[in-house]
Order: sequence, then structure tokens, then C-alpha cells
Amino acid sequence: MVAAAAREIHDGEIVFVGMRLPMIAFALAKRTHAPRATGLFENGIIRDTPASEGIFTMGDPANLRNATFCGDMISVMSFLQQGKVNVGFLGAAEVDRFGNLNTTWGERNGQTVRLPGSGGACDIACLAQRTVVILVHDPQRLVPLVRHITSPGNGTGDGWRRAQGLPARSGPSAVITTMGVLRFGDDGEAFLDSVHPGVRVEDVLSNTRWSLRVADNLKLTPVPSEGELAVIREMDPDHFWTKT
Amino acid sequence: MTASPQSKLLSMSEAITEHVPSGSTVLMGAELEQMIPFSAGHEIIRQGRRDLTLVGPISDMLFDQMIGAGCASRVMAAWVGNASSGVGYCFRRAVERSIPHAIETVDYTNFTLAMALHAGAMGVPFMPTYAALGSDIIKRNGNLREFASPVNEERLIAVRALRPDVAIVPVQRADAQGNSHLWGNLGVAIDGARASRKIIVVAEEMVALEVIASDPNRTLIPGFLVSAVVHEPWGSHPSPVQGYYGRDHVFFSVYHEESRKQEDYERWLERWVLKVSSRTEYMKQLGESRMASLKVREHAYTAAADFGF
Repeated sequence: MVAAAAREIHDGEIVFVGMRLPMIAFALAKRTHAPRATGLFENGIIRDTPASEGIFTMGDPANLRNATFCGDMISVMSFLQQGKVNVGFLGAAEVDRFGNLNTTWGERNGQTVRLPGSGGACDIACLAQRTVVILVHDPQRLVPLVRHITSPGNGTGDGWRRAQGLPARSGPSAVITTMGVLRFGDDGEAFLDSVHPGVRVEDVLSNTRWSLRVADNLKLTPVPSEGELAVIREMDPDHFWTKT
Repeated sequence: MTASPQSKLLSMSEAITEHVPSGSTVLMGAELEQMIPFSAGHEIIRQGRRDLTLVGPISDMLFDQMIGAGCASRVMAAWVGNASSGVGYCFRRAVERSIPHAIETVDYTNFTLAMALHAGAMGVPFMPTYAALGSDIIKRNGNLREFASPVNEERLIAVRALRPDVAIVPVQRADAQGNSHLWGNLGVAIDGARASRKIIVVAEEMVALEVIASDPNRTLIPGFLVSAVVHEPWGSHPSPVQGYYGRDHVFFSVYHEESRKQEDYERWLERWVLKVSSRTEYMKQLGESRMASLKVREHAYTAAADFGF
């Protein structure tokens, strides 16, 4: 999942790095195929190099050391609003068939659960050129319609984002799950683009609560290389973030 | 020569007594995961403040602790939880089951909260943005309103200005007037401080005016805005202060486990807040070896900048 996320970063791109797995994905991309990528963090940090050690939060001291810029949130968020950010990473409790995300209200055992909320996720979903979502693939998370749009994807389909007033060049690009990679058609709806090695398509479909379309040329997600795995292990030696 | 102005130095207890009455709107956690004013929050809990509006972008577990202690009636934030583990159990209990009492949550996004404070700092009624368009956040927050741009055909969100009563801002070093040097990621600290009617600076280290004036670009809060300066080493533990100490990840994880149940949270609160009278006592309880493990392992000083002429 982390390796697939890293591959969404192209060399030379400006990346809005989120918490947790995306921090490892950014480090991985930097040290493999995208050495010239630049990382923006919403707390005000810009880095040309990944942190020298594994970090739990973007404000850990190792993420400030040797940063190229330390400033305020409004500066880095303004770069996002200007359209300068190529790709932003997000997690979610729920994602739906149009790539809308919910991180505000959940449900456990029939009870409504209050989740932490947007943080910068909604801002990234509104303003980054491409948004990449990373989450565990299970039927509680991949739902037909999120109960609360914390971070807008394609809303109800094609044309919805423009109708809301969102920037023309923005929106969901990929949903990377523990089972495969979803991408979006011109109509704004998700389809299964690749499955991870060892995962059956029918298992992906049965763990998705809408009838997920499958690409005609369904691919196999490339296996992480030894080099990629070595970097992941180095950045997350205790598997704190990469349990799945 | 005029006489030097009076020192604004207060103890944490005095600063909270004087500047954070019940009912206040208080900005904390403005530097995101760095430099969270835990010692100030704990003193607010000890002084039994009620009916506070807590303002902060991600707030981390300090807001969770204050909500659990019954200090808050309202939270204006983009994210409330524990950055190490996600959920904040006290926040959940308050929202879902009104324990210890119901609170109002005003959901923002990080950018819209930053802009609310920016508007406050600029002295204008709102700031425009595309962020949060199309989200359900704007449906439930009356401070985020769609409007038609007067200069083109676009729709935007007007983010209403926020002016907290008091900002509590940890800094690395300050002089007795409150001129403050801070460095690292700044989050919404600068706008947040300037938007607020009062500022309490919590300094790891006190320095002479000469040190401040040697590097004025690093003065991010000018002293004339500051109401009180508290000299409080380790005041942000378990959050990190760049150049002083690291993040105590274990403390965050342990709190996560020990706040899962209300009765366990109450024990945690008793042990780490109610039964310690000051930050000095808190650090003594934390212990020398834990403190040593959090201290800077390898200093990294900046290149000197020449202000000569």
C-alpha cells in the first residue's frame, strides 16, 4: 500500500504530505524514483529531503531539522490554493463511489461515533491537483455514499466539483486500499484499476458496498521491490504505521 | 533615557488567574504538534475554569484533557484527538454521551481556521477561500458562508474573523517584555497571537533584550502585544520544543490507553494534573531519566546572520 502510494508521486512534483502512511510514502518516493519531489506539510514545513528518521507526527523535531522552509500554515495552504500542489495524500474512515471522504462521523456497533474531523484534509481535497486516498479495504469503509462529506471528491458525479465552485484542475485521482487501487472515470465514479498481488477481484468486490466497476484492462499492482521494502522498514522499524 | 518598562513576568498560576477567566475564548495548540501549552492547560484545569471556548487547529490531546475535565463548553477546531492514535476519548464522551457535559463543536478545516485568525489579525471581517466548498462542514458552521465574488463570477467561502480573548503561545525564548523568539513550524501561531485580545507567552528560556534585538527577524511576537510572560521550562511536555526537547511518544500512547474509560481518565487526571501543583512537580514525577531521554541529542545551530553595517 505504501509502495503503491509512493508511485503516485512523480519526480519533480510538489507534494502535500499528510500524517502517518503518506509520510513514509513520501520518504520512499524521495529515495527511489522521485528524488526531486518537494514535500509541503500543513504545519508550515517544506522539505527537499525526507526526515532523517521515522516520525510519528509532522511536527516531530526530525521533520524540522534540515527543512528548507519553516513558516506558517497559511503560507503552505496558500500554495495549495494557488494550484501549485500536484498531489496531496489523505486517509479516511469512509470513502464512497465518487471519492468523497468522511472523517467526522463514524459508526461502531450501531452507535454513532465522533471522529477527529478534517484537519487539513478538506483543504487538500478541495485544492490539490490530484488527491490520493489511502485506507484499509473493508465494507464499513467503502460505502455507496459517505454519511458526511468532510472532504469532497466528485460529489454526485461529473460536473459536480465545478458546480460547487472548486478549482478546475483538482479532485480525486486514486484510492489505494489494502486490496487494490481504484481510479476515477470521466463520469466521476470510481473503478478498480489494479489488484494487489494475491488478492482476488471477487474479494475486492465483496468488500466494497457498491457495485464497483472493474477496468477492462485490470492490472496487477507491482510488487514492492527489495529496495522499496528496505526503505519502508527503515522509516517504520516497529511497524507502527505499516501493520497492514 | 526612559526607565525600563515593567516586567510582565508572572507565574503560570498568576497568569491564568489574571488572564483566563471562565467563559473566555482561548487559543491553544497554535503551533500544531509542536509546542502545545500543556502546563497552561493543566493550570486552567486546576483553577476550575468553566465554559471556555477552545480554539485551535488540531489541538492534539490537550483539548481532550480539558474537555474531560469539564472546562469547555465549545470547541472551534479542525481536528480534535490524539495525534499518535487518532481518537480522543474524552472528546467522544462529551459529544456522544454528554460526559461530563455536552459541548458544542464548531468544525473548521485547518486552512479555514487559519484564515479566520488571519482575518482577525488583519482587522477585517472575513477572508475569502475556495477551501471547504462542496463539503458538509460549511452546512454546519455559520462562520463559513458561501458568497458570490464581487470581482468575478466565482463562488467562494467567506471565513468570518475570529478574535480569541487570549492566546497562550509557547516560545523558545522571550524577554521580560514579551518580545519572543520562536522557530520551527509556526502553524497559526503568528496570526493567532495577533488576532487575540491578550497574549500569554510561555517561554522555555528568559533572555535579555539584547539577545532578542540581535536577531529581530526571529521576533515573531512583538512585546507590546503581550499581556504576560511565564517562564516555564518543559511547559510543553509531552509535545516537542525544537532545540529543547523531543516528543514523548510514550506519554501520548499511555494517555490514549488510560483515557479510554472515564474512571481511568479520572485517575490519570488526578495523578498528572490535580495532584501536582506546578510544572516543576510534574517534571519531578516524570523523572530525571525520562527527561534525559527527551533532551536534544545533537544540537544543530543555524548559520549566523550578519546585522552589521
